[in-house]
Amino acid sequence: MPAPAKKALLDPLLENNPIALQVLGICSALAVTTKMDTALVMCGAVIFVLTLSNFSISMLRNQIPASIRIIVQLTIIASLVIVCDQFLKAYLFDISKQLSVFVGLIITNCIIMGRAEAYAMQSSPSMSVMDGIGNGLGYSVILLATAFLRELFGSGKVYGYVVFADVNQGGWYYPNGIMVSSAGAFFIIGLFIWVLRTFKPDQIEEQE
Amino acid sequence: MRHDTTYTFLFAGAVCVVCAILVSSSAVSLSELQQINATLDKQKNVLLAAGLASASEKLSAEEIQQRFGNIKALAIDLETGEVAAGIDPSSFNQRKAAANPETSRVAPPNLSVIKRLPDHAVIYHVLDESGDVTMMVLPIEGYGLWSTLYGFLALDADTKTIRGITYYEHRETPGLGGEVDNPNWKSLWPGRVAFDDSGKPAITVMKGQAGSPEQDPHRVDGLSGATITSRGVTNMLQFWLGENGFAAYLEKFRAQQRHKGMAQLRSDFPLSDDGSANLRLYGSAARRLKRSTALQLNGSTDQRI
Repeated sequence: MPAPAKKALLDPLLENNPIALQVLGICSALAVTTKMDTALVMCGAVIFVLTLSNFSISMLRNQIPASIRIIVQLTIIASLVIVCDQFLKAYLFDISKQLSVFVGLIITNCIIMGRAEAYAMQSSPSMSVMDGIGNGLGYSVILLATAFLRELFGSGKVYGYVVFADVNQGGWYYPNGIMVSSAGAFFIIGLFIWVLRTFKPDQIEEQE
Repeated sequence: MRHDTTYTFLFAGAVCVVCAILVSSSAVSLSELQQINATLDKQKNVLLAAGLASASEKLSAEEIQQRFGNIKALAIDLETGEVAAGIDPSSFNQRKAAANPETSRVAPPNLSVIKRLPDHAVIYHVLDESGDVTMMVLPIEGYGLWSTLYGFLALDADTKTIRGITYYEHRETPGLGGEVDNPNWKSLWPGRVAFDDSGKPAITVMKGQAGSPEQDPHRVDGLSGATITSRGVTNMLQFWLGENGFAAYLEKFRAQQRHKGMAQLRSDFPLSDDGSANLRLYGSAARRLKRSTALQLNGSTDQRI
């Protein structure tokens, strides 16, 4: 793989992570990470939408009139999200019920619009696809790690399988309530950002 | 790059058309599958309320349909309590019916924030092998803290004892009000009694802990940290079991059961030629009648025996 494509694909994982560095897409990262299965489906949906929106916007980048470019991007993204939502409702009904509005809210996920405006409008379709997959994976890494910790400490399970037997079901583990609420995700994501910036000091923002 | 206005309009139009085709074709081609999913989901929730399935089970479509085999859906008229013959229970959509002024009326002021009452509702009868109703599952809905909760309440054929409750749609806070989905909380419901002796809906979700169903038949533990959701559950049960909800239907059902019981008694307890009762059969017939009418609201039938 040529170096720039590799960079577009892998940079968003740690170097330029959309959640940890750019602090985008936090809303859904808080909402869908109580369990790993919902987080996984959400990641799939975001990768799908982000890749295809980057691709189609990049294809059209020289044709889109500057005056209406944002609304055109939004129309394309919204259509992709609706298609994705329809698929989930048809094939993964239970999970789509749990994800409820958050699939629809991918439309307003800043990562998608951000990549369309900042990257796909200036880059070739193939590079934009790489960037889309990369950023989707960067989002997924944080989401799945958060969901893993929240599900483990919040309900004693990993991907639905019991690891710590819940005291309510006759086990020994007292579930940590804060992990089930959105605040738990804030703490975990905050800790991730802290750890990441300790190892990569160049990500630390300058004091104002 | 600069584009003139005509180009901009044409471009916008073209984008709209392409996106519209994409969205509508996916919606149309997938709608059948989605419909099947929605029906299965509803059936699964009826099974959950009736205690015929547990939340931890992963049921396949066939299993759900097989367990649903001895459940009969009935469309009823809420005001009269009669079975509404002209309505197909499988395609009836209560939310659509409630939104349509032709098939609904303005609900009287209520604590569950129900604005419109549909004329009809679909309920489910759970039948035993001989076709007798052992349980009925009633749809309930009402406002909690953030959202309307939609669910089912299963009542015994005595129309009084609760057999289960389940919610299939709500947006309450996970971990707090969202605990209405907690199997442990739901397991507190079976055996509680929905009505008091005068026939008024009496079941409430209290603050704190209630006793066992035998000692504390009308109360259920509150959900900690979710006072308003708990109150919402109380309100919706009071509403749907009351006169604006299923009271008329439940009254009709009780009358039918009494009628059935009396007919059974007459056939089991024939008068002999000299007009005296066949006393040998009296015991078994009375027991059967008592079973079918025991715990009925007025309590008078079994006293009369």
